[in-house]
Amino acid sequence: MAKGTQGGFWQRLMAIDRRVIFLAVGIAVSAPFFLPISPKIHITPEVESLYNALKELPAGSKVLFPFDYDPPSAPELQPMAVAAITYCLENDLKMVIMGLWPQGPQQANLALASVIEGEVGDVITYNGKTFKYGIDWVNLGFQEGREFVIQRMGSSFAAAFPRDYRGTPVDELDLMRGVTNFNNVDFVFSLSSGYPGTIEWVQLAGDRFHARIGAGNTAVQAPMVYPYYRAGQLTGILGGMKGAAEFEVLVGVKGGFGTRAMLSQTFSHAIIIFFIIVGNIAFFVGGRPSRLKGTEEV
Amino acid sequence: MKREIPLIITGVVGIVFIVQFFIPHEPFSSLSDIFSDWFSIIEACAIWLGALNLIKLSLDKLGKPMLLVTSAIVVVALIVGIVGAPDEFLAGRFPLILFAVAFLLMALGQYSRSKMKPDWFFALTTIASFVIMLIAGLAFSGGRTFQEPGTHYDYLYRSVYTPLSSTMFAMLAFFVASASYRAFRARNREAAMLLVAAFFVMAGRVPLAEFLGTLTPDAFSGAWATTGGFLSGAADWVMNFPNAAGQRAIMIGIALGIVSTSLRIILGIERSHIGGE
Amino acid sequence: MNIRLPAIIVLIISAVLFALSWNSYGLAVTLGAFFTLGIFSFLYKDNPFYKFCESVFVGVSAGYWFVQLYYQNLLAKLIDTLGTASFGWIWIAYLLAGIFGFMMLMRLAPKIGWISRWPLAVIVGATAGLWFITYLQSNAMRQLENTIMPIQVFTGGVLDWYQTIGNIVVAFGTVTGVVYFFFSKEHKGAFGGAAKIGIWFLMITFGASFGYTVMSRMSLLIGRVDFLFSDWLRLVQ
Repeated sequence: MAKGTQGGFWQRLMAIDRRVIFLAVGIAVSAPFFLPISPKIHITPEVESLYNALKELPAGSKVLFPFDYDPPSAPELQPMAVAAITYCLENDLKMVIMGLWPQGPQQANLALASVIEGEVGDVITYNGKTFKYGIDWVNLGFQEGREFVIQRMGSSFAAAFPRDYRGTPVDELDLMRGVTNFNNVDFVFSLSSGYPGTIEWVQLAGDRFHARIGAGNTAVQAPMVYPYYRAGQLTGILGGMKGAAEFEVLVGVKGGFGTRAMLSQTFSHAIIIFFIIVGNIAFFVGGRPSRLKGTEEV
Repeated sequence: MKREIPLIITGVVGIVFIVQFFIPHEPFSSLSDIFSDWFSIIEACAIWLGALNLIKLSLDKLGKPMLLVTSAIVVVALIVGIVGAPDEFLAGRFPLILFAVAFLLMALGQYSRSKMKPDWFFALTTIASFVIMLIAGLAFSGGRTFQEPGTHYDYLYRSVYTPLSSTMFAMLAFFVASASYRAFRARNREAAMLLVAAFFVMAGRVPLAEFLGTLTPDAFSGAWATTGGFLSGAADWVMNFPNAAGQRAIMIGIALGIVSTSLRIILGIERSHIGGE
Repeated sequence: MNIRLPAIIVLIISAVLFALSWNSYGLAVTLGAFFTLGIFSFLYKDNPFYKFCESVFVGVSAGYWFVQLYYQNLLAKLIDTLGTASFGWIWIAYLLAGIFGFMMLMRLAPKIGWISRWPLAVIVGATAGLWFITYLQSNAMRQLENTIMPIQVFTGGVLDWYQTIGNIVVAFGTVTGVVYFFFSKEHKGAFGGAAKIGIWFLMITFGASFGYTVMSRMSLLIGRVDFLFSDWLRLVQ
């Protein structure tokens, strides 16, 4: 084929309407929903580490769940929340739910609703066992103030959250009578998609008030918290939807969204890799410098 | 006094928060608790300010006649909300009355300046959506139990807010793909390193090789499993070691920058937050 | 190309689907699908449906926050405390908080907007004070502490090559990365060489971040597609 024609073909390919790319992405994400394939999920050490930290908690331990995310991050974090709540209900761990994001406590109710039988109310049922609000779990709601709320919780949870999400004074809740500050909480399971989130929990609850913290993060935030995991400031990390899928496998959640969506995730990564490869082939074949150079020469 | 008092406040509050780390006893513990509560309440008012400013800017686009009509309809809607609000005065009627007063003051203030703009309809939609959410939450959702599953507020959260916010961010997937195709080039050594790292992370964090193994004959499944294990291990290594190193370097750099900037702010050397005259 | 006829066909099909889903699955799911497709329509071209959905989003978000902040912060913390606490230093402190909050709102009035500098000063001072220590402790000292550690790792009495090499990479990468950010000295000679290696580590970091960002963005799209296929069209379980 003549060089001019080759360059023309690649240049035409590069100038393709972006809506064609959008269509390709749409098909790549949608098609796997109709494929009955469940690829094997490889478990990473950081997810296993978090799961092992939870396994060390005896029955009756209190787990603080900061729900610091909003609906856009729900595809990644909601499966983690569902798996974590499932684990707590199965192993009699008490849940103290709160949020530094206003949508968090509502997302917590949605996660709880997808685990239990029936609706969220004063009494919920899971696997034949009943759990009572105020004794087995509480939802303290949201407080604006970002890391200053964590700072305040360090001296008094009740002062930071005077009422729960229903407006009930916190000192009327049995579960909160034994909880003054972080010394009375056995584990903090931070579900976070940005600021305020895991980093603030590590800085204050972890390093200042010595709470044990595990983190479930969106994939955008996950790379940033690896240094905290390496330094021992976090017991483990669930990163993105893959982390959610791994955690679902470890907890034993059947048909969880994270696991179901892995095939779509696979196809979408494959198509991005394909686009990058094609784009670079076009770049090098289309008459651009083909030798790799250092920055000082460009 | 317009600039000196804020500088003194900044310094005092900042110093209290630093000292309470070293002396977590009275009076610094009480002072830091009080200032933390101040922070929460002032932040809440700051976000209210943003919401009210949004309404103010939307009113500006309506033009005089439409502004009058809109104000009348909003006030009627608020009156309906006030009448239907829960019995506890502070848990419904009080904030609605506050907002009604603020709205009328803003409408009065904007009336002389308001000129109809081409996107007036969308500004009107913004105001209408805001008022509907406000009335649903403050008047017709049971007061303090406003976010219980089943309330009107929760309904609007699930059927309107959630799909809108989720889809806004979901669109980014398409733009990431388009940008990857058009702009992500291995122009030099550094860009090539970035690309290679991205490849290993993207390929290793999904069961790509395992999926390809299901498409090929069983004889190759072992090879695909090994490939999958290698890619996954490579991604693990990249995330835990070089990525952690780079992130750590960035964190340390930012931390030192924050320390110096915080000191400048507390000592009053940095005054940009005070603004002009 | 005249897109009027295809656009009309798409609108008719959508309207029929929405009517069917409202009848079968209720208004909530139909509204969700309407807003989802309205926002996605931007991918074809900017259009009035998208602008309508965008303006609804802005208004509903502002209203959502307004209500949340009133009930959870201002009512539960400020108003209830002023109403129940006895007169004393705590009561006065919360009254001052309320006054500062009101001063913040005065920013809406151009002539007296300057008064909002006082509550802003509280925000800025508090943030500066808290971040001074937390970032120094958690992001600098703890990270440095974990970098300066024994390189050799032994597991069960045997040298763990994986962790050992990894620790060397982390230590070396952190030091060279920090060297890169030191701009007070020209990047020449050995110093420049270290800075260049630092750039390589940073490029790997950015590549990893890009890979994870792709994962995240695709996850958001998968969530919306799942809603359309599972909750709205009921094509999959």
